[in-house]
Amino acid sequence: MLDKNGIAKRIAREVKDGMYVNLGIGIPTLVANYIPEGVNVVLQSENGILGMGPFPFEGEEDADLINAGKQTVTLLNGSSVFDSAMSFGMIRSQKVNLTILGAMEVSENGDIANWKIPGKMVKGMGGAMDLVASAKNIIVAMQHVNKAGESKLLAKCELPLTGIKCVKKIVTELAVLDVLPEGGFRLLERAPGVSVEQIKNATAGKLLVEGDIPEMVL
Amino acid sequence: MINRVVKNAEEAVKDITDNMTLLVGGFGLCGIPENCISALVKKNVKNLTCISNNAGVDDFGLGLLLQTKQIKKMISSYVGENAEFERQMLSGELDVELIPQGTLATRCLAAGYGMPVIYTPAGVGTEVAIGKPVRTFTYNGETKEYLEEKAFEADFAIVKAWKGDTAGNLIFRSTARNFNPMMAMAGKITIAEVEELVEVGQLDPDQIHTPGIYVHRVFQGEKYEKRIEQVTVRKRG
Repeated sequence: MLDKNGIAKRIAREVKDGMYVNLGIGIPTLVANYIPEGVNVVLQSENGILGMGPFPFEGEEDADLINAGKQTVTLLNGSSVFDSAMSFGMIRSQKVNLTILGAMEVSENGDIANWKIPGKMVKGMGGAMDLVASAKNIIVAMQHVNKAGESKLLAKCELPLTGIKCVKKIVTELAVLDVLPEGGFRLLERAPGVSVEQIKNATAGKLLVEGDIPEMVL
Repeated sequence: MINRVVKNAEEAVKDITDNMTLLVGGFGLCGIPENCISALVKKNVKNLTCISNNAGVDDFGLGLLLQTKQIKKMISSYVGENAEFERQMLSGELDVELIPQGTLATRCLAAGYGMPVIYTPAGVGTEVAIGKPVRTFTYNGETKEYLEEKAFEADFAIVKAWKGDTAGNLIFRSTARNFNPMMAMAGKITIAEVEELVEVGQLDPDQIHTPGIYVHRVFQGEKYEKRIEQVTVRKRG
């Protein structure tokens, strides 16, 4: 079973040289720490950065330079800053190649719910609806089951949706799965020490298991 | 050159009155018009509708106008980090419309470009789509549904820039640019407060982000706190 860093590490292998990538808050942010050397990617932050760098050194924070999570960040050589309309323009026109974000639920047809729990304080969707509606390649980083032990991979989402038929791949602490265009989660890899049976038990939606399922290489 | 300079924040907001709709620039606390917000608190105008990506924190940004209960409706994409906001929202005192961030930006842009509607895929199939016309377009070989969203119509836009000249030309700095340029274009009347106001001729025309035609009033802010919401740093070495 993987911890949060393990999930991030596995997702980092999906990030290919030359990609422009938008990382959501939480586990997706950790992915930046595991992108292999020699793989050149440009991180997009939807408040208006391409080429986002690491956090600044103490004393070098700049109030005018933050990321979409409102944390102080830095710019790398070759980076650019721009306004919010252009930022979502490059997302909508699919110039941003890969979106990695968290989710509360994903359904077997690729619907995602990650912004609202009825009855609880709603903070808003931020840029999530724009990202999932437009990105060609969306990877979800999340726990396989929620705190109550219920599967987050469902036949149909129960929570209010963020977007429909958009998720392509899911990486959890247990497995890597594809979302098939015709519907269903196809099991691709098991986390170290996790059995297919465990994954079956934790998946409420339709799960396709074909042949031997390899263990993840991290 | 036409001179767009007003004396200060109080003069800039003098004709903002109760029940008006305001576009307010900034992302989080980054690039917010601090001086105009203070002037609106002092002026005590009520029942404002504020269109702004966020709603500030309890004691800064638009949070100041929430504390004094001057805002009746917020149109935003994300409104965490504000306990008073949460209280007013849950008690029903404050009307809140949550919309996708890109939709918010593009509805401003549409207003500035003179286009009454935009079509965006953001929110299709979600509760954001309720009551909105949906159209199917084939574009670049992909057939998708799009929501029709309206350009904003706001009485005033209030933005913050890094530098401005007396003709109202604006230059923004780093991610403090965010929603400011497109909101500046979208106001019926646009007020810009700047950190540094210079004479015409001192800004390079090639570097201007917002041409002065969109900016009706400009002034140099008295002071800028530029509070950081989340200071995150790394260790040296």
